[in-house]
Amino acid sequence: MNQALIATIIVLLAATLRVSTPLLFAALGETLSERAGVLNLGIEGTMFLGAMAGFVTAYWTGSLWLGVAGAVLAGILAGLLMGLLTVILGVDQHVSGIGVTLLTGGLALYLFRLLFGEQRVPPQIEPFPQLSLGNALGLLTPLFEQYSLTYLGLLLVPLLWWLLNRTNFGLNVRAVGENPEAADVAGVNVFRTRLIALALGGGLMALGGAFLSLAQLGAFTFGIIAGRGWVAIALVIFGNWSPWKVLAGALLFGGFQALQLRLQAAGFQLPYQALLALPYLVTIAALALAGRNANYPAALLKPYRREA
Amino acid sequence: MLRLERWEAPPWVKVLIPLTAVAVTLILVAGLVLLSGAGLAETYYFFFLKPLSSRTSLIEVLVKSTPLLLTGAGVAFAFYAGYWNIGAEGQLYAGAVAAAWLGVVLKGLPAVAVIPLILLGAALAGGLWALPPAWLKTRLGVDEVVTTLLLNSVMLFFVSALLNGPWRDPVTSWPQSPTLLETAQFPRILARSRLHLGFLVALAALVFFWWITGRSSFGLKMRAVGQGKEAARFMGVHVDAVVFKVALISGAIAGLAGAGEVSGIHYHLIEAISPGYGYSGIVVATLGSLHPLGVGLAGAFLGLIATGSQTASRALSVPTYLGDVIQAALLLTTLAMLLLRRYRIRWGRMVETP
Repeated sequence: MNQALIATIIVLLAATLRVSTPLLFAALGETLSERAGVLNLGIEGTMFLGAMAGFVTAYWTGSLWLGVAGAVLAGILAGLLMGLLTVILGVDQHVSGIGVTLLTGGLALYLFRLLFGEQRVPPQIEPFPQLSLGNALGLLTPLFEQYSLTYLGLLLVPLLWWLLNRTNFGLNVRAVGENPEAADVAGVNVFRTRLIALALGGGLMALGGAFLSLAQLGAFTFGIIAGRGWVAIALVIFGNWSPWKVLAGALLFGGFQALQLRLQAAGFQLPYQALLALPYLVTIAALALAGRNANYPAALLKPYRREA
Repeated sequence: MLRLERWEAPPWVKVLIPLTAVAVTLILVAGLVLLSGAGLAETYYFFFLKPLSSRTSLIEVLVKSTPLLLTGAGVAFAFYAGYWNIGAEGQLYAGAVAAAWLGVVLKGLPAVAVIPLILLGAALAGGLWALPPAWLKTRLGVDEVVTTLLLNSVMLFFVSALLNGPWRDPVTSWPQSPTLLETAQFPRILARSRLHLGFLVALAALVFFWWITGRSSFGLKMRAVGQGKEAARFMGVHVDAVVFKVALISGAIAGLAGAGEVSGIHYHLIEAISPGYGYSGIVVATLGSLHPLGVGLAGAFLGLIATGSQTASRALSVPTYLGDVIQAALLLTTLAMLLLRRYRIRWGRMVETP
């Protein structure tokens, strides 16, 4: 192979990692929530709120990392709201989730408009830089010149796997997601475990949104999430609720997106919307293939009540 | 201590629930209103009373509620049968695409022929767009929530591709479809207003919903499937067939909402034809307790909020997004309050059960 082609592929892979990052954060957060038995459709709005909260915090404090913290905090609150509805009150998870998405979305828009008014050009911040490696790794260098948040996301994959499979908390999460009655009898606090999973999950989703405003754009725009939350929901099913497979799905989806951007930049003569829609259709096809074999957590969508 | 006790709520509680939810929502949102620097009383006045004070604005409320009534009815129809159609937004756009196409190609026909064809085409398009998730659900057991959601995005990309490609208006070269034929434009049903045929279509959809759920054997089957698929199957209901028909009808009703916006308001298709009416339909359906009359009232109320948010924004510079917040908060408080239909709160000692 000639060097130019290899270089192009490397650049494409580097872009794939970048594009996958927000999806990865969000899908890992959703994985945690669903393993505890709660489908959090508040994901799209939580990401949006995270993007807003992260941006505003960074804008005010001048610190991008405080922005990250602000976003995570907002996401935790959104996750707890979801928990209040679905865990404590035990109301329908589908409708609650859509409600949380609508509420956090509306809230982010309202607060942002209050804070910044109507501006023709959205306010900007200096975003996270991509790591600069000079030419340390030769041809491979671009692949590793990523945002630090991308590395954080990749690091979270084994971390979440370890949390779920090797810790007491993870055991509890899986127990309340599979059989809350049995878990309760065994002395696990079902409500608390689910609330913590939702709070942490919400924080991760918001971090995914904040990646877009703090690293990729350096601004907060109203179309910033553009359905990525819904994609993350699909990635979790596609990834069979396992962090590693979720990573694989996110990279696959990100790869599609990166390729599409690349083809568009190269002036490819296909309506780019077709390429944008393609990953969604591929996801649906993947869901169809997984079909009944999908290993849904057994207690997903089921509220738990201690009936007297 | 407080405890919950199972009960079957008497009718007055069921009526009181949405009303209390509205009151609780207004209290919860108060802090956000004050944050804008506007007074609470005047904001709520501009939101909820001012739009009702003149003929023009009152009619505008009905105009705004037209798509909400349709998406609300469509969503409620599906939810009633336990089918979680979250795809009303995409189905609305499918209907809008059909209306924008038929409204341009049906040349040489009188309006009495064109308009029914547009309604039929939009309903068909919305219904067809709702079918793949139903097929995947019944044949392969794929969760319809995810597929209907994903198809919303796909439809939006499709509309964007159409408007920036083959359908770009040759006259203005804006990303909008060519203007509809005059014979394809819905007649106004009130003089000096924007209220159009679509409003009557919405009322008809509610009557249809009432008739199906309250007066037909199919309604009984829907109810059975909604309450439990296994039990319904045991009773001899062909569950898959019910799910298919429900998805088709639900999508068709949502598709009509798209026709109303294209043929009744804009006279062409634009990308921003719906500011999320499909998702608001979930609010309308829930707030209306999946009951036709409730959906009607909830749709009108959300139309009021949509109008009021603009009135308040003009008068007090409260961002219009407050309307979105109120709408969403209302959904969540209603959802929480609905528990009171099945549980009542008792003050007393926990009773040990043997």
